[in-house]
Amino acid sequence: MRVKNPKHTWYSILLALVILAATIYLEFNRSKYGMAVSVIQKSLIFAVVAVAMNLLNGFTGLFSLGQAGFMAIGAYATAMLTIPVERMEAVYYMSGVVPWLMSLKRALSVLPEPVLIIIAMLIGGMIAGLFAFLIGIPVLRLKSDYLAIATLGFAEIVRGIISAPQLDQFTNGSYGLKNIPGFGSNSLSFMPDGFGVLLVPLFASTILIGFIVLVINSSYGRAFKAIREDEIAAEAMGINLLKHKQMSFVLSSFVTAIAGGMLAMFMRSIEPRAFSTIITYDILLIVVIGGLGSITGSVLGAFVVTFAKDWFLRFFDVPLIIGGFQVPFLRIGFRMVIFSILLMVVVLFYRRGLMGNSEFTWHGFFNLFRRRLKRPEVMAETSGGSMSPIIIAPGRDQAPAPLIPDPPGGEPEEEADEEAADE
Amino acid sequence: MSLLEVRDLRVSYGGIEALKGVSFDVEEGQIITLIGANGAGKSTTLKAISGLVKSNAGTILYKGEEIQNIDSQKVVEKGIALVPEGRRVFANLSVKENLLIGAYLRKNKVEIESDLANVYSLFPRLEERHWQSAGTLSGGEQQMLAVGRGLMAKPSVLMMDEPSLGLAPQLVRDIFTIIERINDMGVTVLLIEQNANAALKIADKAYVLVTGEMVKSGPGQELLNDPQIRDAYLGVTNK
Repeated sequence: MRVKNPKHTWYSILLALVILAATIYLEFNRSKYGMAVSVIQKSLIFAVVAVAMNLLNGFTGLFSLGQAGFMAIGAYATAMLTIPVERMEAVYYMSGVVPWLMSLKRALSVLPEPVLIIIAMLIGGMIAGLFAFLIGIPVLRLKSDYLAIATLGFAEIVRGIISAPQLDQFTNGSYGLKNIPGFGSNSLSFMPDGFGVLLVPLFASTILIGFIVLVINSSYGRAFKAIREDEIAAEAMGINLLKHKQMSFVLSSFVTAIAGGMLAMFMRSIEPRAFSTIITYDILLIVVIGGLGSITGSVLGAFVVTFAKDWFLRFFDVPLIIGGFQVPFLRIGFRMVIFSILLMVVVLFYRRGLMGNSEFTWHGFFNLFRRRLKRPEVMAETSGGSMSPIIIAPGRDQAPAPLIPDPPGGEPEEEADEEAADE
Repeated sequence: MSLLEVRDLRVSYGGIEALKGVSFDVEEGQIITLIGANGAGKSTTLKAISGLVKSNAGTILYKGEEIQNIDSQKVVEKGIALVPEGRRVFANLSVKENLLIGAYLRKNKVEIESDLANVYSLFPRLEERHWQSAGTLSGGEQQMLAVGRGLMAKPSVLMMDEPSLGLAPQLVRDIFTIIERINDMGVTVLLIEQNANAALKIADKAYVLVTGEMVKSGPGQELLNDPQIRDAYLGVTNK
């Protein structure tokens, strides 16, 4: 294996500092960059859910589509426990609040709000984990498509139960919950009013994603991957299939629910409809675009998809008139058409997602540029040669080129010292 | 007392009896082989011992202890490892990761490291390619990896299911040399082969399975010269 390059460690530290500095800059100018702030918040939250989904779908090979259900559990647990006690009557104006929830909230109100929010999210995560454990016992015996349908069904049941009129006093049914404290609300900001809108979710997402990375790099993670690759061989190696699938399912659901709680804080008001299957597909899209089995791919995918969908492509939704001529097609909703076309293009050119199943490495990153620079030479070399007209490009549907190390020899001069440092 | 005693083992798949009462012994330190045609029940026997399929009747004793129908995890813990048929390496994991999964149930990091070094000295090719994903290895290298992975469990008994399947003749010879070397290291080997000729040559004792029943047994060399066996399995007809 490649020896860790100390230079690359410094690059990583530098990158982290740049991200932190940019975040702090945006924090101070958050009124000016409102759009960026909210898109980044959403990207961070979806990155967590995507990474959690990747743990299950990409690393353990369990095709589960229950994300919306677990997010709903986390979102509702967080919302119900963190809406300020004095606002509860107003939120549950239709049917009133069930008394035990009120007394629980009064008891919890002695806690400072940040602590309460963390506890609420952890409770949401644990409830989701418990549900995952219980439904996992029958459901995880299923494979691929059947598992997907079963978990999809579970998510719909969760949504159905939350919006059931019989539970109006508990979940406020289809009226939804409002007045959820958001990121940057007074009690959460340790600095001037509203400071922390980005730093808090950044911090939370980093911890959650870091947690999953630790799991994946542990021997458990190796067992998950073995199950993905070949269940029979994994079992022959003494890996208990059901136990490990359960573990992956429960962990993924736990983190998904916590991210659901973050989503509730981001949206400030939630309703059961927000947790329909569509949200699961959005996350699946992120995971597939980023690359099944790549954590950095999921994070990248979350940012790319959210930025494209919620921001950059907005341009296509606005009617544009140039010199009295109205450009056709540009109207509300058209961006989704463009978005879908872009998706098809990405999937056609990167069949295994942007990152395949590899992780981001500085080495791969530099190779990306090196390849770009080298390409013209390669063309020149081959054009005059006696190449057969049919060129089979190896690994076209495999990991994208940047992550495959270049064959030794023929490296450009300036990278030579970097290679030396690798030894 | 034998290391592994199988008595009257019966296994059926949905009403069809694959094993109709199979009995055999595996003595410590020997190479035992089961030979037989397709569908004779050789793989089923190994799967039943390793707990991957449940048996209906009979007993399996390992060091005098009943291990019939316990979890495959416990079987590996007790020291019986299986090198599954068709190699079944974890294609997208690196060679080293594959080997470490073989040692999944072991906790002692120092021992695992030293066993890893052992496997590498047995298969230098694997060390050269330890960072490569297993799917990119050649068939022969994948078979070496599968055997190495089995050894990483530090087994007393290594069961191998058709290790020569789909390999070139030269590689088949290599694999059989390696099996003998593993046996010399003190590991008892239970080998299943369709390549009866090669298997009988290295086996201390061999059993012949026909449609789920044991029809013959004896030292490898003896069976090699048995006219019936030569006729049925070795493709040598005495005219």
